[in-house]
This record gives sequence, structure tokens and C-alpha cells, in this order.
Amino acid sequence: MAKNSEHRDLFPGALEIMILQSLRLKPMHGYALVKHIKQVSDDLLQVEEGSLYPALQRMLKEGLLEAETGTSAKGRPTRIYRLTDAGIRHLEREVVSFERMFAGFTRVLAAAKA
Amino acid sequence: MSRLSQFFSHFFRKRRYDDISVSIQEHIDERIDELMDEGMSRGEAEHNARREFGNVTLMQERSREEWQWQRLESLLVDLKHVCRRLGRSPGFAITVVLTLAIGIGANTAVFSVVNSVLIRPLPYPEPQQLVALHLNAPGAPGLADFRDELRLSASMYLTFAAHNRAFQSVGVWQSSTATITGTAQPEQVNTALITDGVLQTLNVPATVGQWLTAADQDPRGARRVMLSYGYWQRRFGGDPSVVGRTISVDSQTREIAGVMPRGFKVVNYDFDLLVPLAFDPVHESLAGFAYHGIARLRPGVTISQADADVARLIMVWMGSWTNGPGIDPYFYLTWKITPALKPLKDQVVGSVGNVLWVVMATIGVVMLIACTNVANLLLVRADARQQELAVRAALGAGRWRIARELLVESVTLGLLGAAVGVGVAYVGLRLLTVIGPENLPRLSEISLDGRSFAFTVILSVLSGLLFGSIPVLRYAPSQQSVPLLGGAVRTSSVSHERQRGRNLLVVAQVAMALVLLISAVLMIRTFNAMRTVDPGFSGPESLQVMRISIPGTLVRDPQIVTRMQNDIQDKLAAIPGVASAGFAASVPTSGAEPNWNEITIEGKNYAGEEPPLRLFNYVSPGYFHTAGTRMVAGRDFAWTDIYGLRPVGILSESLARELWGSAQAAIGKRFREWPAMPWHEVVGVVQDVRENGVDQISPATVYWPSMMHDIYGPGSFDARRTVYFAMRSNRAGTQALINEMQQAVWSVNSNLAVDSIRTMQDIYGESMARTSFTLVMLAIAGTMAFALGILGIYGVISYAVSQRTREIGIRMALGAKKSELAWMFVRSALVLTGVGTAVGLGAAAGLMRLMQTLLFGISPLDPVTFIAVPVVLVAAAALASYLPARRTAAIDPVEALRAQ
Repeated sequence: MAKNSEHRDLFPGALEIMILQSLRLKPMHGYALVKHIKQVSDDLLQVEEGSLYPALQRMLKEGLLEAETGTSAKGRPTRIYRLTDAGIRHLEREVVSFERMFAGFTRVLAAAKA
Repeated sequence: MSRLSQFFSHFFRKRRYDDISVSIQEHIDERIDELMDEGMSRGEAEHNARREFGNVTLMQERSREEWQWQRLESLLVDLKHVCRRLGRSPGFAITVVLTLAIGIGANTAVFSVVNSVLIRPLPYPEPQQLVALHLNAPGAPGLADFRDELRLSASMYLTFAAHNRAFQSVGVWQSSTATITGTAQPEQVNTALITDGVLQTLNVPATVGQWLTAADQDPRGARRVMLSYGYWQRRFGGDPSVVGRTISVDSQTREIAGVMPRGFKVVNYDFDLLVPLAFDPVHESLAGFAYHGIARLRPGVTISQADADVARLIMVWMGSWTNGPGIDPYFYLTWKITPALKPLKDQVVGSVGNVLWVVMATIGVVMLIACTNVANLLLVRADARQQELAVRAALGAGRWRIARELLVESVTLGLLGAAVGVGVAYVGLRLLTVIGPENLPRLSEISLDGRSFAFTVILSVLSGLLFGSIPVLRYAPSQQSVPLLGGAVRTSSVSHERQRGRNLLVVAQVAMALVLLISAVLMIRTFNAMRTVDPGFSGPESLQVMRISIPGTLVRDPQIVTRMQNDIQDKLAAIPGVASAGFAASVPTSGAEPNWNEITIEGKNYAGEEPPLRLFNYVSPGYFHTAGTRMVAGRDFAWTDIYGLRPVGILSESLARELWGSAQAAIGKRFREWPAMPWHEVVGVVQDVRENGVDQISPATVYWPSMMHDIYGPGSFDARRTVYFAMRSNRAGTQALINEMQQAVWSVNSNLAVDSIRTMQDIYGESMARTSFTLVMLAIAGTMAFALGILGIYGVISYAVSQRTREIGIRMALGAKKSELAWMFVRSALVLTGVGTAVGLGAAAGLMRLMQTLLFGISPLDPVTFIAVPVVLVAAAALASYLPARRTAAIDPVEALRAQ
């Protein structure tokens, strides 16, 4: 439990953006997503399974993703997640608002240092 | 469970779950592969992968929670828990459900009445277009004393029908009776006399055959009738080939044109036969305001536009007809006749709307009191669960989670109450339609319909949320405020706070109960005031009344009609046990069409002023004696007055005083109705009679001999053909007497029908029906409120005693007397009752003004009621609190201190 809580609240919406951004490259299954994020972030970010699957379900429900039954790289049956048009639009909006937030965040930190 | 929901719950949902499981399985498998690639054994890898992943089931569940039905499922789980918990305390559950069932049932029943009578549209197509042709005549003094509306005359109808621009159709009608012969016994039936336009306006097609038409209005034309559904069933067994057959109506052969459908009424009048009114325009005059007018508005025409059209037509009417040669037709300008058309429904509902809304509000208050009682019970229950709730809150159950559970419980109780309540309402309505006042309009239409059920469901859910929200506010606030160990170490401040909520509920209950009790007592006092009024007749229970009609088609000569009536009166008086008999054109509140006109006093100069209108009645010698109407001065009529057409008359006491200052002074004075009439001498003055019900003032009345000169002047005379016979007998109301009465009538003429056989007590009771109906409803509501309020006080004190056992023990140990301790509790109950009473008195004083129209002979702020009711309530509260308070005496201080 403690391990989970360390990572869970990176900041609100971060996990969602990472999933959407990753799936923008290509459709993936859950495990592939975890590995992809880990690699791309140079092991800085570790997605918890306990957060990933509920997030995927929620995004499916909101229509940001679709899922189909497919096979993994190892040839076993699994679910492949794919970005929808709505997902792309949502991602673009979120990225803009995140960038604005970060800019503000950075300035506040800079001001605190000065 | 339907197939569709099976599909959802088993197939659809399961697929989603399986998908997620597949994903998770693959995830774990890949991790195992990876770990094995790093050199772990299979067993180690599996163990590590699973440990890393965490609780699979929990995650599956959390993933599923993203889908809606999870909420529904947990609601069902809550519901299951609630049912199980209620099952464990059946006493509590039954008390609450029954309390609610009575409250909800009473509300549903009354709402159904309000809905059927006031809300539901009239059972005619497009009822919003229907209007009653109501006319006011403020310039006709006296008219308003006994009838606030002016009806239409035949000439008015003919003018309106021919020249209006506002109506699709217009017609007039009148209620009457007719004698049907040709059956085993002559039968008296209720008829509606209708013109062309009445059926077109109401626009309900005939079940069998066709409507009457304009051709039936010709006095020399087709003689036809229509049957009501009920009469068709009763007399012809519902035979569809009845059209074209003939029946004898008032000795006149008429052909049956058709049958109206079941439940069809002419406005609010339940008839047996529809008989066409055949006006002869050649003989009609301006006067004769005897008909109810109804019309259907053209689409888009408003009532005020129609009013303007009728105002124009009234002038056309005055210009088109006369009351005979030499009489100014514009005389009616002095009456200031103004149209005041209103929706037909207003005429049907009449003054009952007011009563029903009062009853509805009253019953609503009882529901509120029931809710406060249930809220109190729930508070006690939630107290008992306090520790459990605190533990759950500490373990992470959210505020909303606990609130939801409490609300699910209260709404479930509400719905259970509603389910039983519908049964209560059904029985209540069956009772109401049996005992309800006959003059309650649309009584037969009263039923539980979709709207009533919707009302019940909404009421039960709302009340569930209402009484459920009180424990929620107390037990599901922020988590910190619920003391985890509160059950063990109760501080006095916590229990005080808890007590305060309950005290507020009691104050509210007492206030509401007081308002209801005051209304009920005022109605009882109204009822008593009405009973002690001298109605102008005595011993109504021993006064037998019946109606006999001798139509002109049976006996033409008025002299013979009078002889026959005289014979019947003598034969009735000769029946063993009958003290006396007499007859009159109308008896009080019989519903006979009123007859009224102006009278002129000999020697008085009116200077162009119109004398006021007076009510006319026509009586036989001996009628006053039989009815018990006291002779104030002078003498009764004698048969020689009647047969000799002597110009005499009798006045009511108030009229005699008004005209000549005293009853004595009136004797010997002379008056008349119209210029060609000989002056009539006042030979007697009788006490005032409450003709329109005991709660209505007595109209100024002129009593004429039953046979006298008619409007065509000396030499021409007429007799009253429909009269009410009255007999004074201690056998009144018995079947034996009724049989002998019928034999007496038939020994005079076997074609005469006897009907409306009732005792004066029945008629009297009907005139008080509205008051007694209101009285019974308010008395029931008041009693329920009183009982619930007292129970509330008892419960609060009882609980306070049990909560403060320890405190009582300490006080006893310190030397407090037992009586002082009991008094402490009684005193707190009296304080609550006192506050509630003060609030209630204020509310009652305001509300009773609204009830003023229902009261009679009593002030809405009647001091006796406003003092007596609070005294009784406070006394009952003192007793209700004394019983539990007495238990303090049984407390052993040592035990009390050792406990807890």
C-alpha cells in the first residue's frame, strides 16, 4: 500500500496524459504501456498496476480509448488499447493546459528562490 | 428479472470483467517471463510478479467500479442490509411502517378526493372550452339573500343561441321530475329538461341511438326522450333495441331516441330521462329566470371576450322581448345584469373546493407529525448504533457512505409505509363514498388513479428523506465529530445536544397538534351551534315527508288537483299514529326550484324604486302546525280560503317586521305580486324558517294559498301540482308507515307516484353534511395529531429518564427527594409543551381566519376553544411525562452509580 501511495498522486491527470501520449505512438497492451513509460522516462516514472487498470477502464468509458482482444508480443491473448479521435483531442487540450500550469509552477519556484 | 437485464448483468458485464482479467493475466505472465529471463526460478518469478502486482481481486474490483452498475449493486447490498436489520427489530419496523401507513394512507385518500373533484378535468371532450353562463344582478335587491346568481330565461336563451359570436354551441337546462306510468307501479323519475345545444355543448355521443335534435324543441313536433344508462339498465335490462319504443312520461307518450353512456351527467345532475324543452317563441316573455345556461367557447375565445359578447346580447334581449303590453322592457336595466361566465368546473365543484383544501392541508400536517415521530424513533435507533457507525467511520467509511445507508433505510421504511398506506387509502375511499355527503360533487368519480399513486410514491420518498435526514445530520457529519468510544463515556454535553434535536421535534409536534385540535374543536362548536339554531320547524325525526306530483296531462282542472291533494292530506292524517298532515310547494333544503318575485305594499310610494325580491312558498291549511312552524300572529289558512280563492297571505316574521315593524302590525295589511292581482290581506305571521340550510339566514318569505289567482288575473287560477306532504308521527321512517302512506295516495288516484320519501331529519342532516364531513375529517386528523404528539412527549421523557439514570443516582445520593426528581422531568416536558403551545396558538390564530367561511355562529378566535384546547393539551402532556418520570423513583442510587 505504501508503495502505491508514493507514486499515485504524481499530480492529477499525469497518468492519463502519459497513457494517451504513449498510445499515440502505437496501440499497446497494459504491460507494454508500463514498460514503455518506464523506458521513455529513463526509469524515473514507474506506473503502478493498481492505478493503471482502473485508469484504462475509466478512459474506455469516457471514450478516450478503445480496446480489442489481440495477442501480446509473446503470442498470448490480451487486450490492446488504441487512442480514439476524442482521445487525441483530449490529449491536445490537456497538454496545453499542463504546459501553462508548468510555466506558472516554474515561475513560482523561481520567485521563491530569488 | 427481464431478459434484457439478464443480458446486461450476465453477458455484457461479465465480458468486461473477463477482458480485464485477461489483460491482468497477460500482464503478470509477461512479468514472470521477464523475471525468469533475469534468472529466477518459475516459482520465485510467479511469487514476485504477484506480489509486485498487488491485490488482483481488489484491482479488478476497482476497475469494475468505473462502470455505473457498481453503484446500483452496492445500493442493492445496502438494501439487503437494511432489510436484515429491520427484520432483527420487528417491533420498531412495525411501529414505523404502521405510523407511516396511516399518515400516507390518509394523505393518499384525501389527495384522491382533491384530485378527482378539483384537479381532474370534467369528463367531457375539451373541457377547458366549457363555461357556465353565470349572470349577476346586483340591482335586484333581495335576490342575493338566497341565490347569488341569476339564471337564464327562455327568451334569453333564444336570443343568445341566435345572435352570439363567442360560442360553438349554447343550451339551457333545468332539473325536474316526471311520473312514468305503464309499469306495475307509477314511478317518479328525475328528469333533465334540455334545449338543443346542451348535448352538443357537452359533446358526449349517445351509447345507443342518437341525440335529441333541434326538431325536438318544437312544441308541436316529435315527442321524444333519451334514457340515462342507469335507467336503461333498470327499466329495459340494457336492451339495445330500445330505440323507437315508447314510454308514458307524465301521461304523454314519448319515443325513445337513444341512451347516454354510463356516468354521463348534465353538468352535476344525475338524471333518469332527458326531456326536450319546447319553448314557444310566440308566448315567451323576458321573465322566467329558471334555467341553467352552459356553452362551449369557440376555439381561441377567452372568458372575458365571451363576457363582452353576452353583455352585448343582454341589450339585444331587452330590445327583442317584453313582459306584456304596457310594461317597460328596459325595466331590467335597474337590475344591472352583468355576465360573469366561469369555467363549468367551478359550477360543478362549488364551495366544496375550500373545504377540501383545508382538509388536505390538515392531513398534510398529520403526515408531518408522523414524520417527526418516526424521526425520533430513528434517532433513538441511530444512538444505539452510534458505536458501530463510529468504528466504520474510523475504518474509512465515507460520510456519504454512512448517510446513504441511513437514507436507504428511511426511504425503504417510507416505501413500505406507502405500500400498506395504499391499502389504508383504498379502504378509506370505499368508506368515504359510502358515508360521504351526497352533495359532495363528483363523488362517484372518486378513485385511485395514476396521479394518486404518483403522489403516494413521491410523498413516501420525500417523507423518507425528511425523517431520514435528521439522524443523518447528527451521525454522518465529518468523521472526527463522532466519538469512537462515545458509547462508553457519555459526556453530559453530548447527550444534551442529542436531546435538543428531539426537543425541537416535540415542540413542532405540539404546535401542529394544537392547530389541528383547535380546528377540530371549532368545527364541533360550529356543528353544535347549527344544531341549537331554531330552524323554523320542530322534531325533524318525527316529521315524515314525501313528494307527489299531479301533472296537467293527468288532471287538467286546478280545482280537482286541490281536491285530490285535500283528500290525500285527510287520508294521511287518518292513518293510525299520524297526528296531523299538510303540504307545501317546498320544504326546507329539499332542492325544489325556488320561486321568487317582488311584492308591492298597498299605499306605499316606491318613487321609481324596485321593491326587493321575496321567496314564495305555497302551503295548505295545517302545514305549519304539522311542520312545527310557530304562528307568531294571526291565523293559519283555512280550506275555505283555498277553495274560495280568497285574497289572503301569510308572511315570515322577519318580512313582517321589515315591512310594518312588528308581526302584530302586519295583520290586516295588504300586498300583491303583480298589478292585475287583487290586494292580498296578511292573515298570519309565522316564525322564520331556515329554507336553505341551518347555516344560511332565513329568507324573507311570502306564503300563498296552494290554489290562487295566477298571472292572467282574476278569474284565472292555478294550483301547485308538485307538492311535499308532511306528516307528524312517531312512526316516521318506518316501512309500515310508508306502505300505508302509499296506499292512502293510491286510494285517491292509482296513477300517482310517491317519491322522495324521507324524514325531515334526513333532509336536515343533508343540509349539515358539508359541516359534518369537515367535522369528521378534522376530528380524525386532530385525534391522530393529539395521539402522536402525546406519544412523542412520552417517548422523549422516557428516553431522557433512561439516559440520565446515572445523574439521577448522583442526585439521590446527594439527598434529592424522589418527587423532586420526577418533577424535574415533568417540568421539562411542560416547558416543551408550553413553547409548542405558544407557537401553535400563533399559527392557529392566523389559520383560523382562512377557515372562517366554514364556521357558523362562532368566532374564528373563540376564546373558549383557544383556552380549553391548550389546557387539555398541557394536562395530557403532564400526564404523558409523569408516567416515565415516576420510574425515577424506582432507581437505586447505588446500582445507578455502579452501572457504566
